[in-house]
Amino acid sequence: MAPNGLCPSIKNILLLDSEGKRVAVKYYSDDWPTNSSKLAFEKFVFTKAVKTNARTEAEITLLENNIVVYKFVQDLHFFVTGGDDENELTLSSVLQGFFDAVTLLLRSNVDKSEALENLDLILLCLDEIVDGGIILETNGPLIAEKVTSHNMDADAPLSEQTLTQAWATARDTFTRTLLT
Amino acid sequence: MAQPLIKKDDDRDDEDNYSPFLGIEKGAVLQEARVFNDPQLDARRCSQVITKLLYLLNQGETFTKVEATEVFFSVTKLFQSRDLGLRRMVYLIIKELSPSADEVIIVTSSLMKDMNSKTDMYRANAIRVLCRITDGTLLTQIERYLKQAIVDKNPVVASAALVSGIHLLQTNPEIVKRWSNEVQEAVQSRAALVQFHALALLHQIRQNDRLAVSKLVTSLTRGSVRSPLAQCLLIRYTSQVIRESGNITQSGERPFYDFLESCLRHKSEMVIFEAAKAITDLNGVTSRELTPAITVLQLFLSSSKPVLRFAAVRTLNKVAMTHPMAVTNCNIDMESLISDQNRSIATLAITTLLKTGNESSVDRLMKQITNFMSDIADEFKIVVVEAIRSLCLKFPLKYRSLMNFLSNILREEGGFDYKKAIVDSIVILIRDIPDAKESGLLHLCEFIEDCEFTYLSTQILHFLGIEGPKTLDPSKYIRYIYNRVHLENATVRASAVSTLAKFGASVDGLKPRIFVLLRRCLFDSDDEVRDRATLYLNTLGGDTEIDNDAKDFLFGSLDIPLVNLETSLKKYEPSEEAFDINLVPKEVKSQPLAEKKAPGKKPTGGLGAPPSGPPSTVDSYEKQLLSIPEFANFGKPFKSSAPVELTEAETEYAVNVVKHIFDTHVVFQYNCTNTIPEQLLEDVIVVVDASEAEEFSQVISKPLRSLPYDSPGQIFVAFEKPEGLPTSGKFSNILRFIVKEVDPTSGEAEDDGVEDEYQLEDLEVVAADYILKVGVSNFRNAWESMDPDSERVDEYGLGPREGLSEAVNTVITLLGMQPCEGTEVVPPNSRSHTCLLSGVFIGGVKVLVRLSFGLDGAKDVAMKLAVRSDDVTVSDAIHEIVASG
Repeated sequence: MAPNGLCPSIKNILLLDSEGKRVAVKYYSDDWPTNSSKLAFEKFVFTKAVKTNARTEAEITLLENNIVVYKFVQDLHFFVTGGDDENELTLSSVLQGFFDAVTLLLRSNVDKSEALENLDLILLCLDEIVDGGIILETNGPLIAEKVTSHNMDADAPLSEQTLTQAWATARDTFTRTLLT
Repeated sequence: MAQPLIKKDDDRDDEDNYSPFLGIEKGAVLQEARVFNDPQLDARRCSQVITKLLYLLNQGETFTKVEATEVFFSVTKLFQSRDLGLRRMVYLIIKELSPSADEVIIVTSSLMKDMNSKTDMYRANAIRVLCRITDGTLLTQIERYLKQAIVDKNPVVASAALVSGIHLLQTNPEIVKRWSNEVQEAVQSRAALVQFHALALLHQIRQNDRLAVSKLVTSLTRGSVRSPLAQCLLIRYTSQVIRESGNITQSGERPFYDFLESCLRHKSEMVIFEAAKAITDLNGVTSRELTPAITVLQLFLSSSKPVLRFAAVRTLNKVAMTHPMAVTNCNIDMESLISDQNRSIATLAITTLLKTGNESSVDRLMKQITNFMSDIADEFKIVVVEAIRSLCLKFPLKYRSLMNFLSNILREEGGFDYKKAIVDSIVILIRDIPDAKESGLLHLCEFIEDCEFTYLSTQILHFLGIEGPKTLDPSKYIRYIYNRVHLENATVRASAVSTLAKFGASVDGLKPRIFVLLRRCLFDSDDEVRDRATLYLNTLGGDTEIDNDAKDFLFGSLDIPLVNLETSLKKYEPSEEAFDINLVPKEVKSQPLAEKKAPGKKPTGGLGAPPSGPPSTVDSYEKQLLSIPEFANFGKPFKSSAPVELTEAETEYAVNVVKHIFDTHVVFQYNCTNTIPEQLLEDVIVVVDASEAEEFSQVISKPLRSLPYDSPGQIFVAFEKPEGLPTSGKFSNILRFIVKEVDPTSGEAEDDGVEDEYQLEDLEVVAADYILKVGVSNFRNAWESMDPDSERVDEYGLGPREGLSEAVNTVITLLGMQPCEGTEVVPPNSRSHTCLLSGVFIGGVKVLVRLSFGLDGAKDVAMKLAVRSDDVTVSDAIHEIVASG
């Protein structure tokens, strides 16, 4: 991705499991050109971060001239990486947005098996947060809404929605009203 | 027999980590992808298959070209389905597969249809997908829709178009630039993120037009930017405008500073921090400008959020490098961070404290650092080591505890860079603090007993060879060195042999014993070791006094640039005539570009530099000057200044000057670089007008015959001046040359050239150029050992000043002397301060200065200046400098 001047840019977003294995990752920068360099970075970040307690508040560290902010819940580990001149609070707002959106999408059952069951939602969620390194949205509920919006789109006739979808829609709406 | 056990484990694992993707295989999934071709599409099943494909890609699996194409083609069929969930997955997989240009055509029409759909989600996503995979030709077709989308009333659609615009600007700038009217409209959007994206795009469209950017900033800083992200962008653009405008207005106010300051009261922490960071980064920021930013950062230090504490302490750490005084107010908050859970925060807090702390807090800090040193990463350890090194130079009396600390961490585990940083620090301490020499050398000896890095071992051995013989009891090092000959690899053994020889040459008493050891090395398994041992035995051999030749050979450095020697050796063809080292040119052809790229960066020395005497750059200057016959009778240069830039950055010709001060002469060394590839400069001279420097008269000008592109060259101009006096003056300079066009393809220059000149900035020789910065480790002792009769005391009124610390810095810069014992730092809110300086005046006269500052009324600063020196006239000269400065 070409440099975007002074605009804040995200280098990657990672969602790893309790062993540091990928659940879902997305890279926006050329800093890690091969899959093996990506894996090496993930391993490095994970081993550095896993010792710390990032469960109540997001934690932060500086690794290889990158700022990494991270937050853990259950067996899931959320990471957001940016350059070392990035505003730390911007990165943490992206992390918080990702975290909140995933919590909403997984209906507060935030763990690895639930995330894998709903991998499509997680991937869509990543797609809605950052586009090519540029921040699209940092508000968790809005991100979750964009991901699930297809379920209640007025444009599509109801007859075409399957029963499961209709049920999921109802459940989503219900959860969101409860949570917000 | 272990079989059943393993199986059991596996079973349990499966239950624990049940994954819908367990045992997933690429081949099988590709088979499954055939459902995309079914006449009756099962949307749910198709979504699942796409998720599986995405999972594979996400895990790092790659598809061959054929596989990718096949998947892509079948995916395009899914546009028939009207299922919204499926469509989302289709968008996602198309982006991931990044199809080639001829494949893109197939989905173009489907995506264009979606771009005009009534469904917002379709429009937004179709825009992002299409812009991601499209090329320039298609872009002109969809440009109309994109312009519409930018001003779409749905914020998601507008953002999608704007962000795509930012990406497309890199590849198709001319098209995106046509959208600026729409983008400008979007900047006024009520939706927060749309405003952010529009501002980012608008700035990038205009970034090369300074005036337009300045206008944009002016209008927006007055208006209301809603989104915190957009506000952060605006702050960045504003500081860029401030940086480029450069000057402060006549009223002393920095343009836009008020805006930055007002952002410190924003309700979003992100914006507050961005503004604080921007203020601390301002060029030549004053302490008054810094104060409000420091105050908000100080509040962040006690936040419950680690991210906030980290951001604040990192910024304050940077400020402490340039304005240590401004940060001292935060010391209490900073100290509580030493025990922070987050080690990055703790390290940054400690290094900040090391920069701002005073002598009394050193021991306590060291104790705290020792406790947590083992927990942090190497790169942080290096930061700590460097902070300790500078602390030790600031408070030489504390060398004992600092040296102990360094030797302790040297024994612990660590990578090469970390170990090198420690060794470098010890070497610098040994060099600058004479009292630390013995203990430092022993620490290094112990380290090489168990050192896994050949490079460090050889460097330390070399260093030992130079410093060891000068100590009181050189014999105690022999054991450590000779042990290396037994235990190490050939490279280390060879350098140990050289070190032994140096001890033998310098210490007569040790010579017979060294000979015994060297003779044993004659039976080494490695030929280099044997060769060296033989060579040294013969050089030092015989019972006569070791003659000077042998000493020169062992200790003298090669006075020829290695590059020149290498070229000469390559040119040399084997013949009857032997290679003559005296024919190798001594002139340095070109200075390494690296030096130019890092202006103002002080030579840090370390192992590579000569361990005692002047720092390396001065040494190399000296050689360079002595190699020029015209300057041979000037004697040794007393001082060479740091390079002073005479041109702005990024001009056609880059010129800086180094002032070399001799007893009766001054030589200006102009380092010139031609930055235009199409030009060759010939007969380059600097015309110096010394009409404002009456006591100087020009004696020699040494022009540069040719100055090709990107290959720096030197011009020298020498002036005669009254002997031993700190004569000052101002010189104006013009670069005059013949310019020839160079054919870029062949690289040949044309025969005819045109005469041209280029105005350079003025250059001043000031009193500080005649004083060397030389520190003393104990000022009181040094002061009392000087003749009290040489003391000259007087008082001066300095008039209204920014503050005490500004006044102190001004006087230090004026005199160009070395502040001692950290007295250049003024504690906050103090009404008086004493500053101790030491230096060597031209002629080699030692000078000590005691400055007492006091605040008189609100801003007026009064100063008492006491000088002692070996020569009364020098004491008077110092007073004269201050009186006329």
